[in-house]
Amino acid sequence: MTTSRDLTRRAALTGAAASGAGLLVLRSTQPASATPEAMRAVMRAITGDAPVRKGRVQLDLPPLVENGNTVPMTVTVESPMTALDHVTAIHVLNEKNPQPYVVTVHLDHRAGKAAFSTRIKLGDTQRVVGLAKMSDGSFWIGEQDVIVTIASCLENF
Amino acid sequence: MARALINVPKIAKVGEIIEIKTLVSHPMETGYRVGLGGEILPRDIIQTFVCTFNGAQIYRADFSPAVAANPYLTFHTMLSESGAFEFRWEGDNDFLLVETASITVE
Repeated sequence: MTTSRDLTRRAALTGAAASGAGLLVLRSTQPASATPEAMRAVMRAITGDAPVRKGRVQLDLPPLVENGNTVPMTVTVESPMTALDHVTAIHVLNEKNPQPYVVTVHLDHRAGKAAFSTRIKLGDTQRVVGLAKMSDGSFWIGEQDVIVTIASCLENF
Repeated sequence: MARALINVPKIAKVGEIIEIKTLVSHPMETGYRVGLGGEILPRDIIQTFVCTFNGAQIYRADFSPAVAANPYLTFHTMLSESGAFEFRWEGDNDFLLVETASITVE
């Protein structure tokens, strides 16, 4: 009686260990995700030695997202948008998708308004960063944290 | 096949900021997903969107795999003359889609 219970317990343990290993293997085939460090490296590559100040960039994303496959996003940058003082590029970056890049737009004073809307994918609960380059070479940064309950890229339907 | 929806006002005033909405049908396959047979689905995305007005580039967007399927983009511009917009999407697997729209500026 005890032996059979022992065996069952052992079998159960082995089974559990095997399935644990299986899970590990599955996890290791998931794409490597970008890290906050990778995102900061990309930011440095974009900005170089130019000063980066907080503000002026507003990211409009829902704070809680059910489905990371389609997340509406509006980015607005405060700027007079004159020939002398305007936004030349807006970069959107993230911390935890497989790649730190999301979207980059290039514009000039003829846009009249430095704002755009699009829909993005988010692979995890993370911080999304907007980085605006001004015509004088300076950079402004805005951030928004988003909680994602069902991530993009993970399920295959 | 790919199709695009573009929303541009027909008439605008000189110096008025107008809004342009674009939506193009495209899967935006990231290249990170695994298919039913366990193989990695190859990347298939739109890489760039360029908007020109009367031949001059007024707006460009560089997309990454993190842009959702059927890329949607709304942006603004200010015009001083009537003319024609050209919208051009280019991407993987020689994807190319060009659409035009005209506007009267008075």
